Amino acid sequence: MSQPAETRGAAVTADATTIRVTLPAHLRTIAQVSGEVQVEVPGAVTQRALLDALEAAYPNLRGTIRDQSTFKRRAFVRFYACEEDLSHEPPDDPLPDEVLKGKEPFMVIGAMAGG
Amino acid sequence: MSGVRVLVGTRKGAFVLTADGKRKDWDVSGPHFAGWEMYHLKGSPVEPDRIYASQTSGWFGQLIQRSDDGGKSWTQVGGKFEYEGKVGDHLWYDGTPRPWEFKRIWHLEPSLTDPDVVYAGGEDAAIFRSDDGGQEWAELPSLRQHGTAQDWQPGAGGMCLHTIILDPIDPQRIFVAISAAGAFRSDDAGKTWKPINKGLLSGEIPDPDKEVGHCVHRIAQHPARPDTLYMQKHWDVMRTDNAGDEWYDIGDSLPTDFGFPIDVHAHEPDTVYIVPIKSDSEHFVPDGQLKVYRSRTGGKDWEPLTNGLPQKDCYHNILRDAMAVDKLDDCGVYFGTSGGQVYCSPDSGDSWSAIVRDLPAVLSVEVQTLS
Repeated sequence: MSQPAETRGAAVTADATTIRVTLPAHLRTIAQVSGEVQVEVPGAVTQRALLDALEAAYPNLRGTIRDQSTFKRRAFVRFYACEEDLSHEPPDDPLPDEVLKGKEPFMVIGAMAGG
Repeated sequence: MSGVRVLVGTRKGAFVLTADGKRKDWDVSGPHFAGWEMYHLKGSPVEPDRIYASQTSGWFGQLIQRSDDGGKSWTQVGGKFEYEGKVGDHLWYDGTPRPWEFKRIWHLEPSLTDPDVVYAGGEDAAIFRSDDGGQEWAELPSLRQHGTAQDWQPGAGGMCLHTIILDPIDPQRIFVAISAAGAFRSDDAGKTWKPINKGLLSGEIPDPDKEVGHCVHRIAQHPARPDTLYMQKHWDVMRTDNAGDEWYDIGDSLPTDFGFPIDVHAHEPDTVYIVPIKSDSEHFVPDGQLKVYRSRTGGKDWEPLTNGLPQKDCYHNILRDAMAVDKLDDCGVYFGTSGGQVYCSPDSGDSWSAIVRDLPAVLSVEVQTLS
């Protein structure tokens, strides 16, 4: 049975959107969560806005998904949603509608590397 | 009753091994941070229950953990390491220039006097300092900006700053070692640095006695004799008696003078330990026999120590930060292997037994002597 998702982030306002996010096992440990999380994202929901909200809600994740100085995605981290690889999409592009509507999660993935 | 706490970093987590002063019966705690590479853990000499740990991953970057209760619980503190000022180039393996890029922290060295102050040695090579218990880190940039830095190059493990020695007598003096650049000394608490590699010879660089470029694997010091340092270089075991101004070879009588760790007995400044490795292409002990070599004469003579160590079909390596000594009256010596064993000798190396045999590959071993 899956764990209920935990919701964190900005206070729910008229312009906030709840986004489902899945994290790889190592980052769930760091964030001290056991399953999918839900993050309240204020304003336009872009990759950058979502990651900003995610890191604000779970400060231990800072630096693990994006470099803390350049905010570039770490090389071995990928972003998937709706069966698409969004890793190389511009960070200020809107996320897919299915993610905005909560039908699909935004997936943070540790890239396959090694055996 | 006195006891010891052994802090073990492995490829897949950290372990804390504790025992009373007999060092016979051990309690094993862990894995802490399971699945993460735990490069190094070290406790504050001022507050032993404060332990700093380097948690790292090629996927998810660098984190620093801190415990204030002897490793029972941990708090994630800072993990932001930035090079200060201009980021220059160093040499890549093929001799072409390549910009500095931060990858991980190899070594943490807590202050001898202030539990909130801790130094960190990084890859690509740089030294950082925190004054607030590991939350915020600032580089001591003049080392990386040294005029020789464009000639530094990575060893097989990366271009890492792996050794930090805070001088117990002179608080202004710091020694560091970088693979493959060499050893450096600061006499002003890290404001400026001087290469201290005179006497080193390295066949892996075009000019064997160049000022920098040497693959120093480890240096060690006895606190009662701070001008004497012992060095395990890629090849060669070296010694200096003038704080690195000149080095001389003390490894000629060894079966092989390639290796990684080196350490000094807690109470005998002339007693030194190394673990010879067959070669730089076969990173395992010679002839399938695990032997620690001990010199009780400051490097003049060496004796193999084998009692309790495997003497058949053993092909482990012992990495540079994976040896330590305790300060009990009968000095204990410890080391961890690439095969996941952590060995302890409670009698200065005369006899050995495995505390644990089946951990992940051991990256580092430190020991705290508890009162």
